[in-house]
Amino acid sequence: MEQDESRQRGMHRRDFLRGAALGLAGLTLPLDRADASFWEAFFQKHFREMNDDEIKQVISRLEKEYAQKFKKQIEIGADKPIPGVLYGYGLDLSRCIGCRRCVYGCVAENNQSIDPQIHWITVLRFRKGEKWVDLENSEKYYSPEKVPEEEYFYMPVQCQQCENPPCVRACPTQATWKEPDGIVVIDYNWCIGCRYCMAACPYGARRFNWGAPNRPEEKINPKTHYLGNRPRYRGVVEKCTFCIQRTRKDPGRYPACVEACPVGARKFGNLLDPNSEIRYAIEHKRVFRLKEDLNTSPKFYYFFAYGR
Amino acid sequence: MRTLAISGIGLFCFFSLLLVSSPAVPIEHEVHKKFLVPPPPFSEGIFPCSQCHQGMPVNRTPRKLEMMHQDIVLNHMPGGWCFDCHNPDNRDTLRLANGKIVTFEESYNLCGQCHGTILREWKAGLHGKRTGMWNGEKQYLLCVHCHWPHDPVFKAITPMPPPVRPSDIK
Repeated sequence: MEQDESRQRGMHRRDFLRGAALGLAGLTLPLDRADASFWEAFFQKHFREMNDDEIKQVISRLEKEYAQKFKKQIEIGADKPIPGVLYGYGLDLSRCIGCRRCVYGCVAENNQSIDPQIHWITVLRFRKGEKWVDLENSEKYYSPEKVPEEEYFYMPVQCQQCENPPCVRACPTQATWKEPDGIVVIDYNWCIGCRYCMAACPYGARRFNWGAPNRPEEKINPKTHYLGNRPRYRGVVEKCTFCIQRTRKDPGRYPACVEACPVGARKFGNLLDPNSEIRYAIEHKRVFRLKEDLNTSPKFYYFFAYGR
Repeated sequence: MRTLAISGIGLFCFFSLLLVSSPAVPIEHEVHKKFLVPPPPFSEGIFPCSQCHQGMPVNRTPRKLEMMHQDIVLNHMPGGWCFDCHNPDNRDTLRLANGKIVTFEESYNLCGQCHGTILREWKAGLHGKRTGMWNGEKQYLLCVHCHWPHDPVFKAITPMPPPVRPSDIK
């Protein structure tokens, strides 16, 4: 009886609602954007589901976009992980003098926004002899005339490239993941800017582009990697990638922070190579990893080379 | 007779052991690995030293220098003197305590006479700064690039500016 009535009216309520929802959803699509590159970006597949040709297409599209935007040729690499390599980092706390050369060496290499300011490395200062694992009470805005200061010591913190990264599990779009060589990477085209990963990271290593990244064109490093230092967008998260654009080569250069450190406190190498510097440090020195109790298993080792 | 046989066997064993153990095992200090280093950080125009020291008499008495090198205050080995490290017979080279001559490019061997553990870690890539390729050719620095040999304590430097405080963002 009821059914007959509704048929007389010509349309089910359910059908009407469905149609209306589809129509509204259609309205949210930016149909005014007619250029092909926009739609290519809109329907871009997940990085790990693309084959080499598709990656090449995406990269050539991005290179075109960047060339237009920055009036400069920017080369985007997509070097794959080197088999048999697991990157590890060592930082000698007995040598670090807290000069922040690494912070700015990193900025010069990795195309971070200068204003608003984004740094991937934070150098923390602790008073000697106190309970220094109390990270919340460390000082990161210290600014003395000269470093090192007699009564303090310093600990730079950056992405720890965890083997068991909490940020990866938190990401709702799988825009961040751990590569086979141990580097945790972000696809800036898939990041939706929800910042769940930042909340999940116990090291405060991730940075968010609150504003549009702003960097003078002449300071843009044109040698980039898709998953690394290519120019970012407003509203995406970024972090240290062990300079993926430099290190994922054979032979590959040291990360920029290693080369910037004036005291040689920073060590980098392949954890699977028994003759590497990093393995020497782990086997011969007192080593610890930050917040080991969280079971994140970082590949960033702090050690003390001086004083046994 | 029996004792003779036993001692004969013993001797045989001894010599055969000697033979087995004698094959040439390279002695560690003879293995000479070359380290890629930039040129030593000489003061402008000071090298070669022989351009002045050629034909000058050698004065081995410790004293305060007044004509040249006044900037050098030996704050390394108290009571030391130039010829503990510099070669009096050829100033363009250095001399180890055992009389061996080393060039300025290999001065780490000189420092390693006392700082042996540090030299070991420098060679392993732990002590000191290295640039270049993590899986290829690495550039080492000499000890003297960071530690001025006459006063080797690393000098304090000016830090780079701190990050912007959130309260200072406009």
